[in-house]
Amino acid sequence: MTFAEIQKRAEATWRQFRGGPGALVLVGDASCGRAAGSSEVIDAIRSELGKIGKQARVVSVGCLGICYAEPLVEIALPGTASVLYGKVTPAAAKELARWHVGKGEPRADLALATTNGASLDGVPRLEDLPMMQGQARLLTRNCGRIAPDNIDHYIANGGYQGLAKALTMSPEDVITEVERSGLRGRGGVGFPTGRKWRFVYEAAGSSKHIVANAEEGEPGTFKDRFLLESDPHALLEGMLIAGYAVGAGEGHIFVQAHYPALARTLRTAINQAYELGLCGAHALGADFSFELELRTGISSYVCGEETGLLESLESKRPVPRARPPYPAQAGLWAEPTVVNNVETLANAPLILERGADAFRSLGAADSPGAKLFTLAGDVSRPGVVEFPLGVTLRRLIEGAGGGLPEGAGLGAVLLGGIAGGFLPPEYLDTPVDFDSLQPAGAMMGTGAILVADESRCVLDILLNQLEFLSDESCGKCVPCRLGARQMLNIVKAITEGRGRATDVENLKRIGAAMKVASACGLGQAAPNPVLSAIRHFGSVYEAHIGRGVCPAGVCPMHGERKQA
Amino acid sequence: MSEITITIDGRQVETAEGSSILQAALDAGVYIPSLCYQPDLEPYGACRLCLVLVDGMNAMQPACMTKAVDGMVVHSDVPEVNDVRRTICELLIADHPESCLTCSSNQRCELQEIAAYLGISQQRLPAFERESILDESNPFFVRDLSKCILCGRCVRACQELRAVGAIGFAGRGYDTHVSTFMEEPINLTVCESCGECIDRCPTGALSVKSEALPPSREVRTICPYCGCGCGLVLGVRSGRIVQVRPETEHPVNRGSLCVKGRFGLDFVHSEDRLTTPLVRRDGRLTPATWDEALDLVAENLNRAKSQYGPDSVAGLSSAKCTNEENYLFQKFMRAVVGTNNVDHCARLCHASTVAGMARAFGSGAMTNSINEIEGAGCIFVIGSNTTEAHPIIALKIKAAVLKRGATLIVADPRKIELARFADVHLRQRSGTDVALLNAMMKVILDEGLADEDFIEERTENFAEFRAILEQSDLESAARITGVPAEDIRRAARMFAGAERASVIFAMGITQHTTGSDNVFALANLAMLTGNVGKESSGVNPLRGQNNVQGACDLGALPDVLPGYQKVDDPAARGKFEEAWGVPLPDEPGLTVVEMMNAAHEGRVKAMYIMGENPMLSDPDLTHVGEGLKNLDFLCVQDIFLSETAQLADVALPAACFAEKDGAFTSTERRVQRIRKAVAPPGAARPDWRIICDLSGRMGYEMRYDHPSQIMDEMAALTPIYGGISYDRLEPYGLQWPCPDAEHPGTVFLHEGGFARGLGKFHPTPFREAAELPDDEYPFILTTGRFLYHFHTGTLTRRTEGLEEISPPAPFEIHPRDAASEGIREGDVVELSTRRGAVRARAVVTERSRPGTIFMPFHFREAPANVLTNPALDPIAKIPELKVCAVKLEKLREMG
Repeated sequence: MTFAEIQKRAEATWRQFRGGPGALVLVGDASCGRAAGSSEVIDAIRSELGKIGKQARVVSVGCLGICYAEPLVEIALPGTASVLYGKVTPAAAKELARWHVGKGEPRADLALATTNGASLDGVPRLEDLPMMQGQARLLTRNCGRIAPDNIDHYIANGGYQGLAKALTMSPEDVITEVERSGLRGRGGVGFPTGRKWRFVYEAAGSSKHIVANAEEGEPGTFKDRFLLESDPHALLEGMLIAGYAVGAGEGHIFVQAHYPALARTLRTAINQAYELGLCGAHALGADFSFELELRTGISSYVCGEETGLLESLESKRPVPRARPPYPAQAGLWAEPTVVNNVETLANAPLILERGADAFRSLGAADSPGAKLFTLAGDVSRPGVVEFPLGVTLRRLIEGAGGGLPEGAGLGAVLLGGIAGGFLPPEYLDTPVDFDSLQPAGAMMGTGAILVADESRCVLDILLNQLEFLSDESCGKCVPCRLGARQMLNIVKAITEGRGRATDVENLKRIGAAMKVASACGLGQAAPNPVLSAIRHFGSVYEAHIGRGVCPAGVCPMHGERKQA
Repeated sequence: MSEITITIDGRQVETAEGSSILQAALDAGVYIPSLCYQPDLEPYGACRLCLVLVDGMNAMQPACMTKAVDGMVVHSDVPEVNDVRRTICELLIADHPESCLTCSSNQRCELQEIAAYLGISQQRLPAFERESILDESNPFFVRDLSKCILCGRCVRACQELRAVGAIGFAGRGYDTHVSTFMEEPINLTVCESCGECIDRCPTGALSVKSEALPPSREVRTICPYCGCGCGLVLGVRSGRIVQVRPETEHPVNRGSLCVKGRFGLDFVHSEDRLTTPLVRRDGRLTPATWDEALDLVAENLNRAKSQYGPDSVAGLSSAKCTNEENYLFQKFMRAVVGTNNVDHCARLCHASTVAGMARAFGSGAMTNSINEIEGAGCIFVIGSNTTEAHPIIALKIKAAVLKRGATLIVADPRKIELARFADVHLRQRSGTDVALLNAMMKVILDEGLADEDFIEERTENFAEFRAILEQSDLESAARITGVPAEDIRRAARMFAGAERASVIFAMGITQHTTGSDNVFALANLAMLTGNVGKESSGVNPLRGQNNVQGACDLGALPDVLPGYQKVDDPAARGKFEEAWGVPLPDEPGLTVVEMMNAAHEGRVKAMYIMGENPMLSDPDLTHVGEGLKNLDFLCVQDIFLSETAQLADVALPAACFAEKDGAFTSTERRVQRIRKAVAPPGAARPDWRIICDLSGRMGYEMRYDHPSQIMDEMAALTPIYGGISYDRLEPYGLQWPCPDAEHPGTVFLHEGGFARGLGKFHPTPFREAAELPDDEYPFILTTGRFLYHFHTGTLTRRTEGLEEISPPAPFEIHPRDAASEGIREGDVVELSTRRGAVRARAVVTERSRPGTIFMPFHFREAPANVLTNPALDPIAKIPELKVCAVKLEKLREMG
């Protein structure tokens, strides 16, 4: 089949899907939906439809990013408003089956938004929801709308056009286009993607690899899982483009073993891509062959570190490698390797399809494009949102996130994941991109935003982070293994009222050594939360150590709670 | 490799291109602290103490992992760097038990050293709470993980150097620790107790149990066990050996040892040592003075000599004794007694090698050196269980395979450990080596893989060889040997295809009635493929005893004088007659087995045995015992009252290797000094002195103040040792041939031409072993060694730990055979042959080839040599210790 024929078939499938006879019921069935009870909702809808003798197509889709309102159910019935219902309980699901599907009467009282522009008793349109306002919806364009296990849905919505276009270009032109886009790695470090690709393109060797880092072991970060569960082909297409550009013959997707549902979704997607001849020998009939494999590795935070990941792919202990050589020179099996984050690779199809200029039209000059952010913690609307880079924290937390629940005051924002930095409320108007936060001692990292209200104690949160970092160090180099543990012990002592005057000095000293002496990024970043908390929340330390008091009244000072 | 210059803290340092900053600093004597770096292991980068600043690089770099580049400017001892190091070191100290005062590594701890260097005087960081996690399961050493700093030196040494992998890392984060498989105690793992990890440990996490006090002085010497010739350093305090460590600079063992060398020296201070001469009175051996004992020996030897002629006396010299002592012993037998009846246990190990290789090449020793093995492209190990019998040589084989990608062919009926590293393992039926080798050579010839230029220019007798080879074919060889034809073909191609191919063999080749043919066949194979006379190739017999090479070199053989000069060569004999001032016998004397037969028959009346234990080592022990008992007089000179000494009329107490000066010659022809570390116990004397004392009493004065004078005499008479003197043996010896005082010694033999001129092909038609299984005796019995014991156990069985790891007295049987015989692991079984029966404990293992029983000959409780066949190789007179027919009878279920 030519690509045009593939597209034609896909479009027919999609038309049938959206416009077919009878009701279409889409249920958000990604991890967030499932955790909220989507399986029970599906069962309830099916049993009620059976009871009332109605036919409808009940389809599992991914997530719209509106995780706070899961389980989400969208019902499209020709002749009625298509409606997205939120926080659907099994009981509500039966109501929806009876009313919207059975009688053609949407339930405005249970509705969150309309999705086809129809009006319904003061129910807002999806794009007008406060959480959706101002979002870029590029990477997320298909999320929650298409069935992730159906490649035709992806293709009918523009999928694989980026690859088709790339295959008409020279590999070098593809790299140039990615370089021009200014795309920077979405895994946290922000290394220019095009430059990385060029290194591998120019590296000697006939066998090269593309590795998609889908490990995402970062607590509070769930953007890659969200994207892969909702739109897996975006990654596959990105890997194919990267493979073509750098001359790689193999792609490896690394997923942690404790995401079995995600692994199933990806496996299905890979099989479908092979069936359509989009990968394998002579992809789309071009002089380009690319084998794709899914690898499930042990669940270890350090597998997210690119060389730790490579070791794990080679079935070794995930211990980061010394650099040089870099993976671009000697990566998987000592061959030139691109290791990119899922989100980074998923941007490639957009850049190829729409052009570098279109990509650059969003975002900041040095941080172009849009970025996925995960909102979690004390925020009214947790979920995944996509905003142009340079968006302010205020826009993300107060706008998309709806501020703190019940009007609580903001205490601190932890940005960039477990090893990110704490910021006080003064920084809410700082733009979030790769560089702007650094003077404040923070970084955007993976785009994880953890909000803490005033009732939290920064040191109590720190304890949690340090426990994690101390457990997840690979254990090889001394500063990381013992530095994180020593910090944990010191902070623990402080929160238990056993703080010493020298503690802050020691924490600073250890942190400084970890930053310069640790062998990999994990250990180098691990002191960030401690150091940023000292910088912005020094008074909290002072209260615990000097006055023996936890201002938030959270820490078990001397074993009992003490109020300020 | 070209030299480059870098600057470290303002000092110009020259180094080889490609070396790291840290190695460059170490070589130049500039100190950069480090805990995880070891020059012979891959750089690891874990401790982060060697961080340095490099001009032009913005972050601190670990010096161990950063390549030195010409012109690089490095800053190490600067406050900015030392501050970071100090914090790292403080983190380590906070995680370390404060038990320095009671730690065996106190004062030699590298963590202490670095803390001192960094000027850490107080503990600023709170201490971690760590429980002591002791593993005391190994008899020799203790693991205390609470003192472990995770530098990984032990793990890397165990994996990279030893290729054992008994330990690795487990856990992550703060729980990361050095672990055994499934966290078992170390004694239940594949650990071989080599002790490499202990030497590597920078702290007290690994320590030797027996080392209480550090030595007050150290003595460099050579290991007394196998022929590897490893450098040992004996730590001495108050007249006792309190520590044994490998010599790190020694060119062969380079800081490695095996379990025997490191932990097996308890025999030196054993309570069982002979400390006084013993004389048989009223049937019992009772203490006597040296004068009484020596007079008695002199009197009896003289009596036999005068009554029955000199050839009624026979002597066994010792591969455990020094070159000087072996020289004196054969001189004593020849010049004082007047007989060539002198032999030693080389007869039982490599007589066929010496006979075969001398005829083919002109020299019977290893053609190449141990370190050359690492450079071979293909290594063919046949009949050598190298990892157990020559552990340090096995390290070179493993390194060649693992680090340099050499191919490895293992031919052995047993699934020996090296088979794990082999590209192809040929499990031939015992006794069919010639068929196997002929088939390989047939493939090489048929496929045009032979080195025709080499054959043409360097060899003779090829046509005769070829004619015999034409009679063999692959399919029938496969049938005879039980090795699939395809494997034989693969092995042949692999060997012939390598640029440099090296044959390594030992007793699996030699101890057959076809031993000489086996050796001829290997020599043929090497010549056929042009693999002699060049580096990293050759035919390499591994000698079993520390000084079996030297004992042969110095003439403790019935047919040759020192330096392989034939007794029936009048010119050679004349030279010795002139030097020694007496006429010498011109007929070759009796070999070991022939001596025992002659004793049995009453032709030999008196024997003088120095440091040998034929009552366990020789075939058909019942026959040996009868022979020895039939003698009029037996004198045994030993360090213990061995099984043989118990039969003696006079037992003379000798000094062991640690109690005297002298020289050993290792398997690679390396003549090396041993040095006196402690005094002999009681009245024991060095063997050379005893021989001199005895000689004087028999009317022939031997006057030497020191073994170096004996060496000078030897050198004057022995061309291959001509240039060797004690001065020249520092620091690491010389490899013979070394004909004159300017000669640097010889690394590999036959370069450009063979010692005998042209290499000679010997046709070797296949012959079966002397005794094959039949209905009555349905299994093949083959014998050999274990890693943990040596020879007849006289030395190793005095070390409790070795006994604990490898208790008496096992035999190995394949599970299939065990099932058919109803034998289970641990059952006591009677093994019997036409010559006798012993009882041993069954070990059911796939190491054994189906149909073949394996038994070590270390254990007096079940002496394997009661069973073995004394049938001899017609040329070398070596008995067939490797093949006989045996039957099994289960006596008792496991208790």
